Amino acid sequence: MTEPAVPTRLAIQTTGLTKVFGKQTVVNGIDLRVPSGSVFGFLGPNGSGKTTSIRMLLGLASATRGEISLLGEQMPRQAQAVLPRVGALIEGPGFYPFLSGTANLNRLDSADRFACSATRRTRVAEALERVGLTHAADKRVHAYSLGMKQRLGIANALLTPRELIVLDEPTNGLDPQGTREVRNLVRSLTAEGTTVFVSSHLLAEIEQMCTHAAVMRAGTLVAQGSLDELRREGQARVRVLTPDAAAARRVLAELGLRPDAPGGGMPGGTSASGGGSVGPESADAGGAAGHPLDGEVVTAPLTAPGSHEEGAESAAGTADGAYGPAPDVIVAALVAADVRVRGFAVERATLEDLFVALTGEGFDVAQ
Amino acid sequence: MLPSESSVATRRKSAGWALMGSELAVLFRRRRTWVMLAALALIPVLVAVAVRLSSAGSSGRGPAFIGQISENGLFVALVALTICIPLFLPLTVGVVAGDTIAGEASLGTLRYLLVSPVGRTRLLVVKFVAAMAFCLAATIMVVLAGVLIGAALFQIGPVTLLSGDTIGVGDALLRALLIAAYVTVSLLGLTAIGMFISTLTDVPVGAMAATVVISILAQVLDSLPQLDGLHPWLFSHYWLNFADLLRQPIEWSSFGSNALLQLGYVVVFGALAYGRFASKDVLS
Repeated sequence: MTEPAVPTRLAIQTTGLTKVFGKQTVVNGIDLRVPSGSVFGFLGPNGSGKTTSIRMLLGLASATRGEISLLGEQMPRQAQAVLPRVGALIEGPGFYPFLSGTANLNRLDSADRFACSATRRTRVAEALERVGLTHAADKRVHAYSLGMKQRLGIANALLTPRELIVLDEPTNGLDPQGTREVRNLVRSLTAEGTTVFVSSHLLAEIEQMCTHAAVMRAGTLVAQGSLDELRREGQARVRVLTPDAAAARRVLAELGLRPDAPGGGMPGGTSASGGGSVGPESADAGGAAGHPLDGEVVTAPLTAPGSHEEGAESAAGTADGAYGPAPDVIVAALVAADVRVRGFAVERATLEDLFVALTGEGFDVAQ
Repeated sequence: MLPSESSVATRRKSAGWALMGSELAVLFRRRRTWVMLAALALIPVLVAVAVRLSSAGSSGRGPAFIGQISENGLFVALVALTICIPLFLPLTVGVVAGDTIAGEASLGTLRYLLVSPVGRTRLLVVKFVAAMAFCLAATIMVVLAGVLIGAALFQIGPVTLLSGDTIGVGDALLRALLIAAYVTVSLLGLTAIGMFISTLTDVPVGAMAATVVISILAQVLDSLPQLDGLHPWLFSHYWLNFADLLRQPIEWSSFGSNALLQLGYVVVFGALAYGRFASKDVLS
């Protein structure tokens, strides 16, 4: 069943998609909504269930529970009808090493019963051209570098005009030029109206390519929406540069914010202070005698305490009431308390902040 | 969006022969396939050369046919087939059949074939037909090499059959092809077993080894007189019974019972392979 009532058509829609291997729930009831025509970033640390989800979307693995609708068709029931409209690169390229690049693409194309055999030769040549492999078309894949194999995998996804292209870690093994080419390729695909679903753990990549994103953590979907919605959902921070750090902290605390501890207890505070500012103790002790641009950086999350959790669970773009006091109110309060404000900034959360906030830090995030 | 949608809608579904052609091309373009075929072709050559070098004394050792090689080169093919059937043919068939699904899985091509999309049943059928083609190529290879080397090293003439009749060279070649067909059919049960094992694992070498071991095991069981009742059910039971094709008129009963037995194995293990593969999560 399709749902035409949804205002934007969805290229991918899952409801309660779940995969259990033995006792381990690898994917736990995710509800993906990928709008048609979007470039959708599928984020998450290694082992968070991204690839398993993709395998279920494409009918390679069966779902333990849940529904999948791909381009408006039920999966896996309609797989034979819908998969010809989908191109995919799944967990790295897979090719016959003893065949040439051209022969490999010929083989995979001949597997698609909807692909026209009369145009096969030209389509294969065009796909190779598009990923810059024309010069290596007749070389055995055995002699390809990892990056070349990756590009051949992308060429395979482009053999026929597709409505949806799924790229699982497309820039793995690519050099910076290759990464750039992939970005350009994705852009040109979107211009043709193709929906692109990219999974990655590289945030910069997603941030540069995507219009929408979803974040997985340990098998659950912790956020999804347009990039703007997601950024809005992340914690914005106020950053105050002042010689009167102690007073500033007091004022911020009175406003209901939680300023970082003196000495840069918050990782964001230290990184934000950069190379320009001097050590906090000396600035504080020096008082008015310091250089007018010197001072300690005091930062505080702008979100009202406790509201963040709630915001992360629901879809992005929830009430503005989640925010603390408005920035102008903060500045006024600081000035009224005789804090010498030498710099003030509201920093929007980057995707990376959001990602770390949602998925945790360190190597042990995926249990 | 519109152009791509309309072009998808107007594309017609083809019968899917392209995949069959591609499968055969991949199999026979592979160096490994030709190494195995060359190794099989080497056996009649070795037999013929050995007989030629020692042709002075045609002693009574070895299979009954061996002595006749020096009189008629056509027998090289028969002797070579007899030598290949217990081990060398099952070995090569085990490699091809064990590789069918597990090989694609280990290369990572299985997931791309399936999302192309190739239906899983269709893939199994295509793989089985290609493996059948290999069985045929392998036996033909032995017969062909045997006839050629026999013609080169010995004289070729009319053949005296087991029934005492004599047939001309042309008829004898037809009989040789008939025997090749018999041996090909003999190997189909093992091929189906190998394909089923191949759906169980992502490690092709394991599936190959298991298939070969099973073929040896079946022959060992077949040689134990205590297991009499089991013998007619073993896929290897009729492997060497092609002598009936060397009578005049041809005695078809062993061909028939062999074909029926092999068909049974193909149905059972084909169904098992389908049952396993159709619902398998492809995670390779």
